Amino acid sequence: MAGVRLEKIEKTYPNGFKAVHGIDLDIRDGEFMVLVGPSGCAKSTTLRMVAGLEEISGGKVLIGDRLVNDVEPKDRDIAMVFQNYALYPHMTVYKNMSWVLKLKKKPADEIDRRVRQAADILGLTDMLDRKPKQLSGGQMQRVAVGRAIVRSPKVFLFDEPLSNLDAKLRVQMRVEISRLHTKLKNTMIYVTHDQVEAMTMGDRICVMELGRIKQVDTPTNLYRYPANTFVAGFIGSPSMNIVSARLNFDGDTCYVDSQNLHLRIPDDIGKKVRQYDGKAIYFGIRPEHIHARETNPEAADNFFNMEVSVVENMGNEVYLYFTPGNSQYIARIDPDIPVRSGDSHEMWLDTNYIHLFDGETKENLIYKPKTQ
Amino acid sequence: MTQERTEDRLLQKALVGVGRLFFTLFVPVTAFFIFFKIFIFLRDGNAPQLVMTLIAIVWGVGGVAALYFLGYWLISKLSGKWNKSLLPYLFVGPALVILAWYLFIPTLRSLYLSFFNDTSMEFVGLANFLYCFTDEDMLISYRNNLIWLIVGTSFASGFGLLIAILADRSKFEKISKILIFLPMAISFVGAGVIWRFVYEYKPAGEDQIGLLNAIYTAFGGTPQAWLMIQPWNTVFLVFIMVWMWTGYAMVIYSAAIKGVPVSLIEAGRVDGAGEIRIIAAITIPYIKGTIIAVSTTILIITLKIFDIVYTMTGGLFDTDVVASMQYKQMFAQHDFGMGSAIAVLLFIAIIPVMYLNLRQFGQQEGFK
Repeated sequence: MAGVRLEKIEKTYPNGFKAVHGIDLDIRDGEFMVLVGPSGCAKSTTLRMVAGLEEISGGKVLIGDRLVNDVEPKDRDIAMVFQNYALYPHMTVYKNMSWVLKLKKKPADEIDRRVRQAADILGLTDMLDRKPKQLSGGQMQRVAVGRAIVRSPKVFLFDEPLSNLDAKLRVQMRVEISRLHTKLKNTMIYVTHDQVEAMTMGDRICVMELGRIKQVDTPTNLYRYPANTFVAGFIGSPSMNIVSARLNFDGDTCYVDSQNLHLRIPDDIGKKVRQYDGKAIYFGIRPEHIHARETNPEAADNFFNMEVSVVENMGNEVYLYFTPGNSQYIARIDPDIPVRSGDSHEMWLDTNYIHLFDGETKENLIYKPKTQ
Repeated sequence: MTQERTEDRLLQKALVGVGRLFFTLFVPVTAFFIFFKIFIFLRDGNAPQLVMTLIAIVWGVGGVAALYFLGYWLISKLSGKWNKSLLPYLFVGPALVILAWYLFIPTLRSLYLSFFNDTSMEFVGLANFLYCFTDEDMLISYRNNLIWLIVGTSFASGFGLLIAILADRSKFEKISKILIFLPMAISFVGAGVIWRFVYEYKPAGEDQIGLLNAIYTAFGGTPQAWLMIQPWNTVFLVFIMVWMWTGYAMVIYSAAIKGVPVSLIEAGRVDGAGEIRIIAAITIPYIKGTIIAVSTTILIITLKIFDIVYTMTGGLFDTDVVASMQYKQMFAQHDFGMGSAIAVLLFIAIIPVMYLNLRQFGQQEGFK
């Protein structure tokens, strides 16, 4: 087993398009690292450069302590699981899983033992004689994972492995892959565009945008301390409310003023942003920190009273959409509080959980994220 | 009053019905009458030729269109159920009739004639077939056809596959594919003319205008009459067909190879297979269906091969194949019985290949 280190990795395509702009990423031995971002953020390209399927235009990729820039994929000691499974259609499940060992010229009894072991872990024992065509999507994905397991590689690479599955199966496979990681303890790099997968599976998450890393941290830290508006908006569902505003100080008291709101900021936060007095900023607040007034009758400030344009009932919680002017706020409230769309409702913002971002750089002003 | 009215209405209805029936009969009858009149005019009339030609074109093309419209109109008068079940036959029917006339009936007639003597007057039983299996020339033609079958199919299909695989990884894919596909545009007879020059023989000492002899003598050989060396002359003929049909195989294989998912190849690369292994263990199994379809298509062509032999050697120097033997018996010897018997044999030989071929194409449709 081994960690993976990317040093100033770059990818420039022959037509001059620069997809990856000098990425630095240190993936620890045995870590489950998720690369997440919207489509076009080059997360797959990055993974494929680690796999050796994409040429590296600049920088270094190290697996363990070995520089692998010019090493063939087969010699990098990695295994990859593809989005469309990439099972060999003319081979049985057994052959699909054993082929890699056969190519490595392992003895027959060892091949058999390892294939059966992997099949056992994944519950594929009854399907070893079937062809991929006879399998369901979930089973095919399991075979693809099995093909990776049998070779017991240093690093597992997953390229959006669950996006071809239906929602229910996706949740199930998500848990299975997490369980697999707990069991095997290999280094795993997992690419997805789905922030829920990232949050639930990753030891750490690397959020990417347009070929650059926006933040690398644990799921909890990403959620609590997003480094910038991009991460703040990307992680969490429904997204954080992010609104352009202005910071104003009245004595030592800090206020955030936007088109519709006048918010008093707690002093301990205010202290940290003193130098931004009078400047344009963005403030962010997660939907669960906008409460119905009923839940906190004693609160003295930070209210707003607006018309609810849409009510979405999830059963365990209710989302309220407020659309004053061209901005939008989403609140997440208790389903027992009766609210109908079209009604006006008084809401309270818990500014203890407010995020303040620089108006230009969009970096977080309150929390300085740990560098990795 | 009311009863009278009902009667009136009934009468009216009956009249309308009869009128309709009359009209539906009147239209097609008139149409056919007009067609027939024009036909008579075209046959016996003596207007200037240009006028006749124009009328013939309008009559022919318009007539077919009018027949379809008329048929469609008539069927649309029927109830929905009849309408649905009859309509397909209106469109497929004419083609089926023509096929039957030109294909099905002649086949049966050949089978029938194969049991008769050269003038088709006297029943001879299986004598023609017996001759087919004992005559030395016939046996040589079987041997030659076998060479065509094996060498022709394997080389055309094999080269096609090889070139398709190589072209897929080449920068010059387009131009090389165009060049290799080009011979497909030439007829077998045209190719024969070209290749006669390639195999041309001049006695030693003279300028060799044949490409093959020119090369051969340049390396110090004495000029050879390639088309007289048995049994290699047949192989030389086969290569003309290979030259022409490699392009066909290549184009189809190329399309199939492009259909192999990239991730499958990448998975193979990660799994540790080399490029040749990937081609052998992933690409070729993936396009197996296409390989069968293309190979059987070429197999059928080699089974029926005639033109090349006819134009290159005329069957001399023991280069005859079954089809050219049939031609000779039928049109040189005027032995209709024998010619038909050979045709029947060829037909029987093609059936299993045809079945395989059609099944493969059918399955490929089914995959999509």
